[in-house]
Amino acid sequence: MKYTEDHEWLRAEGNEIVIGITQHAAEQLGDVVFVELPEVGDTAAKGDELATIESVKAAAEINAPFDIEVVAVNEKLAENPELVNEDPLGEAWFVRVRVDDTSVVDDYLEEESYRELVE
Amino acid sequence: MEPGKTTELFQFHLRHGGKIVEFAGYRLPVNYRPGILNEHLTTRIFSGLFDVSHMGQFLIRPRNCNMNEVALSLESTLPSDLVSLPVGRQRYSVLTSDAGGIIDDLIITRKRESFLLVANAARKDAVSDHLNSSLQDSCIVEPVENRSLIALQGPGAEAAIGRIAPGAPKLRFMEACEMSIAGIECWISRSGYTGEDGFELSLPAGAVEDLAERLLDDGGVLPVGLGARDSLRLEAGLCLYGSDICLETSPVEAGLKWTIAKSRRRDGIRSGGFPGSERILEELESGPARIRVGIRPEGPVPMRRGTKLFGDSSCEIPIGSVTSGGFGPSLNGPLSMGYVSTAFAAKGTLIFGAVRKRLLPAKVVSLPFIETHYKKN
Repeated sequence: MKYTEDHEWLRAEGNEIVIGITQHAAEQLGDVVFVELPEVGDTAAKGDELATIESVKAAAEINAPFDIEVVAVNEKLAENPELVNEDPLGEAWFVRVRVDDTSVVDDYLEEESYRELVE
Repeated sequence: MEPGKTTELFQFHLRHGGKIVEFAGYRLPVNYRPGILNEHLTTRIFSGLFDVSHMGQFLIRPRNCNMNEVALSLESTLPSDLVSLPVGRQRYSVLTSDAGGIIDDLIITRKRESFLLVANAARKDAVSDHLNSSLQDSCIVEPVENRSLIALQGPGAEAAIGRIAPGAPKLRFMEACEMSIAGIECWISRSGYTGEDGFELSLPAGAVEDLAERLLDDGGVLPVGLGARDSLRLEAGLCLYGSDICLETSPVEAGLKWTIAKSRRRDGIRSGGFPGSERILEELESGPARIRVGIRPEGPVPMRRGTKLFGDSSCEIPIGSVTSGGFGPSLNGPLSMGYVSTAFAAKGTLIFGAVRKRLLPAKVVSLPFIETHYKKN
């Protein structure tokens, strides 16, 4: 698993990458009450808005960490947004995307570096 | 930026897992471990304890005059009737500007020898300057130092405070008195900012931590942070200064015309005589061009502060914007307050909010959003 400085986690699975938000991000947001996801087949360029997370406190965005095509979204989050607080690294994955080359994740932070960033 | 000031309860906040943020120059908890949602719901179901010591407390007392003259002098800054306010009663009021805007909103208590004013933290200096320049020299404006302010709110508040202050449950809504609680000299009132029954206590700063712990231990009360304080007041339809009311909004536009006493209206016995009264009394008669309303988005997406509002689905009729908005834990859905042109202010009107480049439908609803539970007299 790799981490972005924007508090997303990235997990390469075959030629696809699963994206979610970190425990730290979930804690900072507080109680999540609504998640808006892209549609399967959507494409996004690096930096484009991919999903929106609304907590009681504020709204936050997940931006595409690189050029992607969405191949699956976690529909469970629409019904149960609180999963983001309960299990951010597991059940509350956001999207599964296709990239040209999964080595794009190599540039991102290892767990240890991410921990240092948020501590 | 200078690090924020702390209140006397700072160690209490840390000890209870408070997540500290900067608010109006103070370091205060936005929430504790249970989180905003739980703290909000616990306050509605049982009881929550809030540190509101950042707020400004002022005593206005006579220098060489009597209380009636102090009341008249204060009346020259706001549209309430303070002359006939009995000792031990409170009023919600607004300091108005010459242009008819709002300098701050306040709770005013008539004490035996003074008026106690509680002002917003971010407006302390503005209120102090304004009162010092507006009130007659016969009045002393005295900032209250070294007294903390806490609020105990919710249906369980009466029982919780009653355990240590058996006289407190006798207070009626918006009634206040001085009371010794566990040997501490408190100014207690039956008031709050949540839409629930509850109490607010001003007490010597050195005694507040013990009393707060006691309310938690003996009363089973949960400490509640600024996050739930905001969602509770929003559901109750109460204004936040700087968002829902400000120098640009008149009390009539803000839907606060009930703060304008009968005696201060046209044909009243002390008609007008407060800053901006011409505009405000005219609006009271002819109606304002825009007014604060409650808004319920039809879908699940919150419309937060700044969201532009339209009267049609093609963005051709701008009608106003959202001044407070978010998620209401008790409503279990999104809610907002904002200003709209009067033509779109009727309950049930379909309006649209621009959220992230999309136009989402919403309905104008009456305030408050929830049924309030103030103590019935």
